[in-house]
Amino acid sequence: MIRLASLALFVAAWWGGAHFAGERMLPGPLLVLDAIIAEARSGALFFHLGATLARVLMAFTLALALGTVIGVVMGRSRLADRFADPWLLVLLNLPALVVIVLAYIWAGLTEAAAIAAVAVNKLPNTAVTVREGARALDPGLDEMSRVFQVPRWKAFRHVVLPQLAPYLAAAARSGLSLVWKIVLVVELLGRPNGVGFQIGIAFQLFDVTRILAYALSFTAVVLAIETFLVQPFERRVSRWRLRPA
Amino acid sequence: MNDAYPAGDSAPLEVSIARKAYVAASGERLDVIDRVAFTLRHGEMAAFVGPSGCGKTTMLRIIAGLDADYAGKVVRPPGTLGMVFQEPRLLPWRTVDENVRLVAPDVDDAKLTALFATLELTAHRAHFPGELSLGLARRVALARAFAVEPKVLILDEPFASLDAALATRMREELAWLVDRRPVTVLLVTHDVGEAVRLADRLIVLSARPARVIADIPIAGARRERSEADIALLKDDVARLIESAA
Repeated sequence: MIRLASLALFVAAWWGGAHFAGERMLPGPLLVLDAIIAEARSGALFFHLGATLARVLMAFTLALALGTVIGVVMGRSRLADRFADPWLLVLLNLPALVVIVLAYIWAGLTEAAAIAAVAVNKLPNTAVTVREGARALDPGLDEMSRVFQVPRWKAFRHVVLPQLAPYLAAAARSGLSLVWKIVLVVELLGRPNGVGFQIGIAFQLFDVTRILAYALSFTAVVLAIETFLVQPFERRVSRWRLRPA
Repeated sequence: MNDAYPAGDSAPLEVSIARKAYVAASGERLDVIDRVAFTLRHGEMAAFVGPSGCGKTTMLRIIAGLDADYAGKVVRPPGTLGMVFQEPRLLPWRTVDENVRLVAPDVDDAKLTALFATLELTAHRAHFPGELSLGLARRVALARAFAVEPKVLILDEPFASLDAALATRMREELAWLVDRRPVTVLLVTHDVGEAVRLADRLIVLSARPARVIADIPIAGARRERSEADIALLKDDVARLIESAA
Protein backbone atom coordinates (compact mmCIF):
# COMPACT_ATOMS: atom_id res chain seq x y z
CA MET A 1 0.00 0.00 0.00
CA ILE A 2 2.75 2.40 1.04
CA ARG A 3 4.79 1.30 -1.97
CA LEU A 4 1.87 2.11 -4.29
CA ALA A 5 1.39 5.52 -2.70
CA SER A 6 5.10 6.23 -3.05
CA LEU A 7 4.98 5.22 -6.72
CA ALA A 8 1.93 7.42 -7.32
CA LEU A 9 3.71 10.36 -5.70
CA PHE A 10 6.69 9.79 -8.00
CA VAL A 11 4.50 9.84 -11.12
CA ALA A 12 2.70 12.95 -9.87
CA ALA A 13 6.00 14.76 -9.25
CA TRP A 14 7.15 13.74 -12.73
CA TRP A 15 3.95 15.13 -14.20
CA GLY A 16 4.34 18.41 -12.32
CA GLY A 17 7.97 18.70 -13.34
CA ALA A 18 7.11 18.07 -16.99
CA HIS A 19 4.49 20.81 -16.80
CA PHE A 20 6.97 23.38 -15.52
CA ALA A 21 10.07 22.40 -17.46
CA GLY A 22 8.35 21.93 -20.79
CA GLU A 23 8.11 18.80 -22.90
CA ARG A 24 11.49 19.22 -24.55
CA MET A 25 13.41 19.05 -21.27
CA LEU A 26 11.19 16.57 -19.45
CA PRO A 27 8.41 14.81 -21.37
CA GLY A 28 5.46 13.67 -19.25
CA PRO A 29 4.75 10.05 -18.32
CA LEU A 30 2.19 9.54 -21.07
CA LEU A 31 4.57 10.69 -23.82
CA VAL A 32 7.25 8.32 -22.53
CA LEU A 33 4.71 5.48 -22.35
CA ASP A 34 3.72 6.19 -25.98
CA ALA A 35 7.40 6.02 -26.98
CA ILE A 36 7.83 2.71 -25.15
CA ILE A 37 4.79 1.26 -26.95
CA ALA A 38 5.99 2.51 -30.34
CA GLU A 39 9.49 1.02 -29.81
CA ALA A 40 7.92 -2.24 -28.61
CA ARG A 41 5.67 -2.43 -31.71
CA SER A 42 8.63 -2.05 -34.05
CA GLY A 43 10.53 -4.74 -32.12
CA ALA A 44 13.51 -2.45 -31.52
CA LEU A 45 12.85 -2.26 -27.78
CA PHE A 46 13.04 -6.00 -27.25
CA PHE A 47 16.08 -6.36 -29.48
CA HIS A 48 18.08 -3.77 -27.54
CA LEU A 49 16.78 -4.85 -24.12
CA GLY A 50 17.71 -8.43 -24.98
CA ALA A 51 21.23 -7.46 -26.06
CA THR A 52 21.80 -5.54 -22.85
CA LEU A 53 20.27 -8.24 -20.67
CA ALA A 54 22.49 -10.91 -22.23
CA ARG A 55 25.59 -8.80 -21.51
CA VAL A 56 24.44 -8.12 -17.95
CA LEU A 57 23.84 -11.80 -17.26
CA MET A 58 27.16 -12.92 -18.73
CA ALA A 59 29.25 -10.28 -16.97
CA PHE A 60 27.33 -10.81 -13.73
CA THR A 61 27.79 -14.60 -13.76
CA LEU A 62 31.45 -14.29 -14.66
CA ALA A 63 32.16 -11.73 -11.93
CA LEU A 64 30.18 -13.62 -9.30
CA ALA A 65 31.78 -16.99 -10.03
CA LEU A 66 35.37 -15.71 -10.21
CA GLY A 67 34.85 -13.30 -7.31
CA THR A 68 33.49 -16.10 -5.12
CA VAL A 69 36.46 -18.36 -5.82
CA ILE A 70 38.94 -15.54 -5.15
CA GLY A 71 37.05 -14.44 -2.04
CA VAL A 72 36.91 -17.95 -0.54
CA VAL A 73 40.62 -18.55 -1.18
CA MET A 74 41.54 -15.16 0.31
CA GLY A 75 39.32 -15.72 3.32
CA ARG A 76 40.75 -19.16 4.06
CA SER A 77 44.45 -18.61 3.37
CA ARG A 78 46.35 -15.78 5.01
CA LEU A 79 49.12 -16.06 2.45
CA ALA A 80 46.71 -15.65 -0.48
CA ASP A 81 45.04 -12.76 1.30
CA ARG A 82 48.27 -10.86 1.81
CA PHE A 83 49.39 -11.56 -1.73
CA ALA A 84 46.17 -10.56 -3.50
CA ASP A 85 45.06 -7.71 -1.26
CA PRO A 86 47.04 -4.94 -3.05
CA TRP A 87 45.68 -6.14 -6.41
CA LEU A 88 42.18 -5.98 -5.06
CA LEU A 89 42.74 -2.46 -3.75
CA VAL A 90 44.00 -1.29 -7.14
CA LEU A 91 41.03 -2.89 -8.95
CA LEU A 92 38.54 -1.45 -6.44
CA ASN A 93 39.84 2.06 -7.04
CA LEU A 94 40.32 1.84 -10.80
CA PRO A 95 37.56 3.89 -12.49
CA ALA A 96 35.19 1.82 -14.63
CA LEU A 97 35.82 4.12 -17.59
CA VAL A 98 39.58 3.41 -17.55
CA VAL A 99 39.01 -0.36 -17.57
CA ILE A 100 36.52 -0.10 -20.43
CA VAL A 101 38.68 2.16 -22.61
CA LEU A 102 41.78 0.01 -22.02
CA ALA A 103 39.86 -3.19 -22.77
CA TYR A 104 38.60 -1.73 -26.09
CA ILE A 105 42.10 -0.52 -27.03
CA TRP A 106 43.79 -3.82 -26.17
CA ALA A 107 41.16 -6.28 -27.38
CA GLY A 108 39.35 -4.25 -30.01
CA LEU A 109 35.67 -3.26 -30.06
CA THR A 110 34.52 -6.84 -29.41
CA GLU A 111 31.83 -8.48 -27.35
CA ALA A 112 34.47 -10.33 -25.29
CA ALA A 113 36.25 -7.07 -24.43
CA ALA A 114 32.95 -5.46 -23.39
CA ILE A 115 31.89 -8.30 -21.08
CA ALA A 116 35.37 -8.74 -19.61
CA ALA A 117 35.58 -5.03 -18.85
CA VAL A 118 32.27 -5.10 -16.96
CA ALA A 119 33.21 -8.27 -15.08
CA VAL A 120 36.55 -6.79 -14.00
CA ASN A 121 34.69 -3.81 -12.59
CA LYS A 122 32.39 -5.99 -10.47
CA LEU A 123 34.85 -8.74 -9.51
CA PRO A 124 36.76 -7.01 -6.67
CA ASN A 125 33.47 -6.08 -5.03
CA THR A 126 32.30 -9.69 -4.94
CA ALA A 127 35.68 -10.93 -3.76
CA VAL A 128 35.76 -8.49 -0.83
CA THR A 129 32.21 -9.38 0.26
CA VAL A 130 32.72 -13.15 -0.02
CA ARG A 131 36.09 -12.89 1.75
CA GLU A 132 34.32 -11.55 4.83
CA GLY A 133 31.97 -14.55 4.68
CA ALA A 134 34.83 -17.02 4.33
CA ARG A 135 36.58 -15.47 7.32
CA ALA A 136 33.45 -15.91 9.44
CA LEU A 137 33.02 -19.64 8.71
CA ASP A 138 32.26 -21.66 11.84
CA PRO A 139 35.34 -23.77 12.76
CA GLY A 140 33.13 -26.06 14.86
CA LEU A 141 31.14 -27.19 11.84
CA ASP A 142 34.33 -27.61 9.85
CA GLU A 143 35.68 -29.96 12.55
CA MET A 144 32.40 -31.84 12.59
CA SER A 145 32.59 -32.54 8.85
CA ARG A 146 36.24 -33.59 9.19
CA VAL A 147 35.55 -36.02 12.05
CA PHE A 148 32.68 -37.62 10.13
CA GLN A 149 34.77 -37.64 6.94
CA VAL A 150 32.20 -35.84 4.82
CA PRO A 151 33.61 -35.72 1.25
CA ARG A 152 34.99 -32.31 0.29
CA TRP A 153 32.43 -31.41 -2.35
CA LYS A 154 29.57 -32.42 -0.08
CA ALA A 155 31.02 -30.45 2.80
CA PHE A 156 31.34 -27.41 0.53
CA ARG A 157 27.73 -27.70 -0.60
CA HIS A 158 26.07 -28.41 2.73
CA VAL A 159 28.42 -26.87 5.30
CA VAL A 160 30.30 -23.99 3.63
CA LEU A 161 27.95 -22.67 0.95
CA PRO A 162 24.95 -22.08 3.27
CA GLN A 163 27.23 -20.04 5.52
CA LEU A 164 28.28 -17.95 2.52
CA ALA A 165 24.71 -17.54 1.21
CA PRO A 166 23.96 -14.19 2.90
CA TYR A 167 27.23 -12.77 1.57
CA LEU A 168 26.55 -14.12 -1.92
CA ALA A 169 23.05 -12.61 -1.84
CA ALA A 170 24.50 -9.24 -0.81
CA ALA A 171 27.09 -9.44 -3.59
CA ALA A 172 24.39 -10.42 -6.11
CA ARG A 173 22.12 -7.55 -5.09
CA SER A 174 24.70 -4.79 -5.31
CA GLY A 175 26.19 -6.57 -8.32
CA LEU A 176 23.09 -6.54 -10.48
CA SER A 177 22.54 -2.78 -10.18
CA LEU A 178 26.24 -1.98 -10.61
CA VAL A 179 26.69 -4.27 -13.60
CA TRP A 180 23.80 -2.93 -15.66
CA LYS A 181 24.95 0.65 -15.20
CA ILE A 182 28.44 -0.24 -16.40
CA VAL A 183 27.06 -2.28 -19.31
CA LEU A 184 25.31 0.86 -20.56
CA VAL A 185 28.63 2.73 -20.62
CA VAL A 186 30.30 -0.13 -22.46
CA GLU A 187 27.52 -0.11 -25.06
CA LEU A 188 27.66 3.66 -25.45
CA LEU A 189 31.40 3.54 -26.13
CA GLY A 190 31.71 0.59 -28.46
CA ARG A 191 28.75 -1.65 -29.21
CA PRO A 192 26.33 -1.46 -32.16
CA ASN A 193 23.25 -2.40 -30.10
CA GLY A 194 21.80 -2.41 -26.59
CA VAL A 195 20.16 0.15 -24.35
CA GLY A 196 23.41 2.11 -23.97
CA PHE A 197 23.79 2.37 -27.75
CA GLN A 198 20.20 3.66 -28.12
CA ILE A 199 20.72 6.22 -25.38
CA GLY A 200 23.88 7.38 -27.17
CA ILE A 201 21.90 8.05 -30.34
CA ALA A 202 19.11 9.75 -28.42
CA PHE A 203 21.71 11.95 -26.72
CA GLN A 204 23.00 13.17 -30.09
CA LEU A 205 19.43 14.09 -31.05
CA PHE A 206 18.61 15.49 -27.59
CA ASP A 207 15.66 13.08 -27.59
CA VAL A 208 14.81 12.95 -23.87
CA THR A 209 11.64 10.88 -24.48
CA ARG A 210 13.65 8.06 -26.02
CA ILE A 211 16.30 8.20 -23.27
CA LEU A 212 13.62 7.81 -20.61
CA ALA A 213 11.75 5.15 -22.55
CA TYR A 214 14.81 2.88 -22.74
CA ALA A 215 16.11 3.62 -19.24
CA LEU A 216 12.75 2.96 -17.58
CA SER A 217 12.13 -0.21 -19.58
CA PHE A 218 15.41 -1.68 -18.47
CA THR A 219 14.88 -0.58 -14.88
CA ALA A 220 11.63 -2.54 -14.99
CA VAL A 221 13.52 -5.62 -16.19
CA VAL A 222 16.02 -5.34 -13.32
CA LEU A 223 13.20 -4.85 -10.82
CA ALA A 224 11.50 -7.97 -12.16
CA ILE A 225 14.72 -9.99 -11.79
CA GLU A 226 15.13 -8.72 -8.23
CA THR A 227 11.51 -9.52 -7.28
CA PHE A 228 11.06 -12.83 -9.06
CA LEU A 229 14.55 -14.34 -8.87
CA VAL A 230 16.77 -12.78 -6.18
CA GLN A 231 14.17 -12.41 -3.42
CA PRO A 232 12.64 -15.91 -3.73
CA PHE A 233 16.17 -17.32 -3.71
CA GLU A 234 16.95 -15.43 -0.50
CA ARG A 235 13.72 -16.64 1.10
CA ARG A 236 14.55 -20.22 0.17
CA VAL A 237 18.04 -20.23 1.62
CA SER A 238 16.93 -18.52 4.84
CA ARG A 239 13.88 -20.76 5.33
CA TRP A 240 15.56 -22.46 8.32
CA ARG A 241 15.67 -19.23 10.34
CA LEU A 242 12.96 -19.00 12.97
CA ARG A 243 10.00 -16.91 11.91
CA PRO A 244 7.91 -15.12 14.49
CA ALA A 245 4.67 -17.11 14.78
CA MET B 1 50.20 -39.36 13.82
CA ASN B 2 46.99 -41.25 13.39
CA ASP B 3 47.57 -44.71 12.02
CA ALA B 4 45.03 -47.37 11.28
CA TYR B 5 45.58 -51.07 11.69
CA PRO B 6 45.77 -52.91 8.36
CA ALA B 7 43.14 -55.43 9.37
CA GLY B 8 41.23 -56.84 12.31
CA ASP B 9 37.69 -56.29 13.41
CA SER B 10 38.43 -56.12 17.10
CA ALA B 11 41.56 -54.01 17.10
CA PRO B 12 42.16 -51.92 20.22
CA LEU B 13 42.50 -48.15 20.43
CA GLU B 14 46.02 -47.22 21.47
CA VAL B 15 46.67 -43.75 22.79
CA SER B 16 50.08 -42.55 23.85
CA ILE B 17 50.43 -38.78 24.03
CA ALA B 18 53.87 -37.81 25.34
CA ARG B 19 53.27 -34.10 25.36
CA LYS B 20 50.97 -31.42 24.03
CA ALA B 21 51.70 -27.74 24.48
CA TYR B 22 50.14 -24.48 23.33
CA VAL B 23 51.86 -21.19 22.85
CA ALA B 24 49.71 -18.65 24.66
CA ALA B 25 48.97 -15.19 23.26
CA SER B 26 51.59 -13.78 25.67
CA GLY B 27 54.22 -15.98 23.99
CA GLU B 28 54.66 -18.31 26.94
CA ARG B 29 54.48 -22.06 26.53
CA LEU B 30 51.56 -23.82 28.15
CA ASP B 31 51.80 -27.57 28.75
CA VAL B 32 48.37 -29.14 28.45
CA ILE B 33 49.10 -32.87 28.41
CA ASP B 34 52.08 -34.61 30.00
CA ARG B 35 52.23 -38.34 29.28
CA VAL B 36 48.71 -39.71 28.87
CA ALA B 37 48.74 -43.31 27.67
CA PHE B 38 46.12 -46.05 27.66
CA THR B 39 44.79 -48.83 25.49
CA LEU B 40 41.09 -49.56 25.13
CA ARG B 41 39.90 -53.02 24.15
CA HIS B 42 37.38 -53.31 21.34
CA GLY B 43 33.96 -52.62 22.84
CA GLU B 44 35.31 -51.12 26.05
CA MET B 45 33.84 -47.93 27.46
CA ALA B 46 36.25 -45.67 29.33
CA ALA B 47 35.13 -42.63 31.28
CA PHE B 48 37.53 -39.75 31.88
CA VAL B 49 37.16 -37.48 34.88
CA GLY B 50 39.38 -34.66 36.03
CA PRO B 51 39.31 -31.01 37.06
CA SER B 52 37.83 -28.67 34.46
CA GLY B 53 40.36 -27.18 32.08
CA CYS B 54 42.77 -30.09 32.58
CA GLY B 55 43.02 -30.91 28.89
CA LYS B 56 40.33 -33.54 28.40
CA THR B 57 38.84 -31.88 25.33
CA THR B 58 42.36 -31.37 23.91
CA MET B 59 43.00 -35.10 24.38
CA LEU B 60 39.75 -36.01 22.60
CA ARG B 61 40.59 -33.69 19.69
CA ILE B 62 43.98 -35.40 19.30
CA ILE B 63 42.37 -38.85 19.35
CA ALA B 64 39.75 -37.71 16.82
CA GLY B 65 42.52 -36.58 14.48
CA LEU B 66 41.57 -32.88 14.65
CA ASP B 67 44.89 -31.83 16.15
CA ALA B 68 48.12 -33.25 14.74
CA ASP B 69 50.44 -30.93 16.64
CA TYR B 70 51.57 -33.13 19.56
CA ALA B 71 54.31 -35.54 20.55
CA GLY B 72 53.20 -39.16 20.65
CA LYS B 73 51.10 -41.61 18.74
CA VAL B 74 47.45 -42.56 18.42
CA VAL B 75 46.45 -45.79 16.68
CA ARG B 76 42.75 -45.98 15.94
CA PRO B 77 41.12 -49.23 14.87
CA PRO B 78 39.96 -49.17 11.23
CA GLY B 79 36.38 -48.11 10.66
CA THR B 80 34.39 -44.98 11.17
CA LEU B 81 34.55 -42.56 14.03
CA GLY B 82 31.54 -41.02 15.72
CA MET B 83 31.78 -37.94 17.88
CA VAL B 84 29.48 -35.89 20.07
CA PHE B 85 30.98 -32.49 20.76
CA GLN B 86 30.29 -30.36 23.82
CA GLU B 87 27.90 -28.29 21.72
CA PRO B 88 25.59 -30.20 19.34
CA ARG B 89 27.25 -28.72 16.20
CA LEU B 90 24.30 -29.35 13.90
CA LEU B 91 23.85 -27.56 10.59
CA PRO B 92 21.12 -24.99 11.33
CA TRP B 93 20.06 -24.89 7.66
CA ARG B 94 19.38 -28.61 7.37
CA THR B 95 16.60 -30.60 9.01
CA VAL B 96 17.26 -33.19 11.72
CA ASP B 97 16.95 -35.94 9.13
CA GLU B 98 19.29 -34.21 6.65
CA ASN B 99 21.83 -33.54 9.40
CA VAL B 100 22.09 -37.23 10.17
CA ARG B 101 22.06 -38.34 6.54
CA LEU B 102 24.82 -35.90 5.61
CA VAL B 103 27.37 -37.90 7.64
CA ALA B 104 25.71 -41.29 7.02
CA PRO B 105 24.54 -41.26 3.38
CA ASP B 106 24.32 -45.06 3.16
CA VAL B 107 22.37 -45.55 6.36
CA ASP B 108 19.66 -48.19 6.23
CA ASP B 109 16.20 -46.54 6.41
CA ALA B 110 14.81 -49.06 8.87
CA LYS B 111 17.84 -48.70 11.14
CA LEU B 112 17.59 -44.93 11.06
CA THR B 113 13.89 -45.07 11.91
CA ALA B 114 14.67 -47.35 14.86
CA LEU B 115 17.47 -45.05 16.02
CA PHE B 116 15.21 -41.99 15.92
CA ALA B 117 12.55 -43.95 17.80
CA THR B 118 15.02 -44.96 20.54
CA LEU B 119 16.09 -41.36 21.04
CA GLU B 120 12.46 -40.16 20.87
CA LEU B 121 13.21 -37.98 17.86
CA THR B 122 10.65 -39.43 15.44
CA ALA B 123 8.39 -36.37 15.69
CA HIS B 124 11.29 -34.02 15.01
CA ARG B 125 12.82 -35.47 11.86
CA ALA B 126 11.58 -32.62 9.64
CA HIS B 127 12.43 -29.86 12.14
CA PHE B 128 15.35 -27.50 11.86
CA PRO B 129 17.86 -27.44 14.78
CA GLY B 130 16.79 -23.89 15.69
CA GLU B 131 13.36 -25.27 16.56
CA LEU B 132 14.75 -27.80 19.07
CA SER B 133 15.54 -27.50 22.77
CA LEU B 134 19.13 -28.14 23.86
CA GLY B 135 18.17 -31.60 25.10
CA LEU B 136 16.69 -32.53 21.73
CA ALA B 137 19.64 -31.07 19.83
CA ARG B 138 21.99 -33.17 21.98
CA ARG B 139 19.98 -36.26 21.08
CA VAL B 140 20.26 -35.45 17.39
CA ALA B 141 24.04 -35.19 17.85
CA LEU B 142 23.96 -38.60 19.53
CA ALA B 143 21.80 -40.03 16.74
CA ARG B 144 24.25 -38.67 14.16
CA ALA B 145 27.20 -40.30 15.94
CA PHE B 146 25.42 -43.67 16.07
CA ALA B 147 24.09 -43.48 12.52
CA VAL B 148 27.60 -43.91 11.09
CA GLU B 149 27.88 -47.23 13.02
CA PRO B 150 31.18 -46.15 14.53
CA LYS B 151 34.04 -48.40 15.63
CA VAL B 152 35.12 -45.66 18.02
CA LEU B 153 32.72 -43.23 19.68
CA ILE B 154 33.97 -40.06 21.36
CA LEU B 155 31.62 -38.24 23.73
CA ASP B 156 32.67 -34.87 25.16
CA GLU B 157 30.37 -34.13 28.09
CA PRO B 158 27.30 -35.11 26.07
CA PHE B 159 24.86 -34.57 28.94
CA ALA B 160 26.25 -31.33 30.41
CA SER B 161 23.72 -28.62 31.29
CA LEU B 162 20.69 -30.89 30.95
CA ASP B 163 18.31 -31.28 33.87
CA ALA B 164 18.83 -34.40 36.01
CA ALA B 165 15.81 -36.35 34.80
CA LEU B 166 16.62 -35.78 31.13
CA ALA B 167 20.30 -36.63 31.66
CA THR B 168 19.27 -39.91 33.33
CA ARG B 169 17.03 -40.81 30.43
CA MET B 170 19.69 -40.01 27.87
CA ARG B 171 22.24 -42.08 29.83
CA GLU B 172 19.88 -45.05 29.63
CA GLU B 173 19.45 -44.52 25.90
CA LEU B 174 23.21 -44.37 25.47
CA ALA B 175 23.68 -47.59 27.50
CA TRP B 176 21.04 -49.31 25.37
CA LEU B 177 22.66 -48.23 22.10
CA VAL B 178 26.14 -49.25 23.24
CA ASP B 179 24.96 -52.66 24.46
CA ARG B 180 23.30 -53.40 21.15
CA ARG B 181 26.45 -53.10 19.07
CA PRO B 182 30.02 -53.30 20.37
CA VAL B 183 31.78 -49.96 20.08
CA THR B 184 34.84 -48.54 21.81
CA VAL B 185 33.71 -45.46 23.74
CA LEU B 186 35.58 -42.54 25.26
CA LEU B 187 33.31 -40.56 27.55
CA VAL B 188 34.49 -37.33 29.13
CA THR B 189 32.35 -36.26 32.06
CA HIS B 190 32.58 -34.24 35.26
CA ASP B 191 30.03 -36.49 36.97
CA VAL B 192 31.66 -39.45 38.78
CA GLY B 193 28.22 -41.01 39.28
CA GLU B 194 27.62 -40.99 35.53
CA ALA B 195 31.09 -42.48 34.97
CA VAL B 196 30.66 -45.45 37.36
CA ARG B 197 27.13 -46.07 36.09
CA LEU B 198 28.12 -46.36 32.44
CA ALA B 199 31.80 -47.16 32.02
CA ASP B 200 33.85 -50.35 32.18
CA ARG B 201 36.83 -48.35 33.23
CA LEU B 202 37.45 -45.02 34.86
CA ILE B 203 40.54 -42.98 34.04
CA VAL B 204 41.27 -40.10 36.39
CA LEU B 205 43.31 -37.20 35.04
CA SER B 206 45.28 -34.65 37.05
CA ALA B 207 45.05 -30.87 36.82
CA ARG B 208 46.91 -29.28 33.90
CA PRO B 209 49.21 -30.58 32.50
CA ALA B 210 47.08 -33.73 32.41
CA ARG B 211 48.56 -37.03 33.59
CA VAL B 212 46.78 -40.29 34.35
CA ILE B 213 46.59 -40.49 38.14
CA ALA B 214 44.31 -43.51 38.43
CA ASP B 215 43.01 -46.18 36.08
CA ILE B 216 40.19 -48.05 37.79
CA PRO B 217 38.39 -51.03 36.28
CA ILE B 218 34.69 -51.20 37.14
CA ALA B 219 33.56 -54.79 37.56
CA GLY B 220 30.28 -56.23 36.30
CA ALA B 221 28.04 -55.44 33.37
CA ARG B 222 26.45 -51.98 33.62
CA ARG B 223 22.95 -53.49 33.50
CA GLU B 224 23.62 -55.42 36.73
CA ARG B 225 24.94 -52.53 38.81
CA SER B 226 22.49 -51.76 41.58
CA GLU B 227 22.06 -48.28 43.04
CA ALA B 228 23.88 -49.48 46.19
CA ASP B 229 26.84 -50.74 44.13
CA ILE B 230 26.99 -47.46 42.28
CA ALA B 231 26.96 -45.43 45.50
CA LEU B 232 29.76 -47.58 46.95
CA LEU B 233 31.83 -47.34 43.79
CA LYS B 234 31.31 -43.61 43.68
CA ASP B 235 32.65 -43.22 47.22
CA ASP B 236 35.65 -45.43 46.47
CA VAL B 237 36.48 -43.44 43.39
CA ALA B 238 36.01 -40.12 45.15
CA ARG B 239 38.45 -41.25 47.86
CA LEU B 240 40.93 -42.43 45.24
CA ILE B 241 40.77 -39.12 43.42
CA GLU B 242 41.33 -37.25 46.67
CA SER B 243 44.30 -39.32 47.75
CA ALA B 244 45.87 -39.10 44.29
CA ALA B 245 45.44 -35.38 43.96
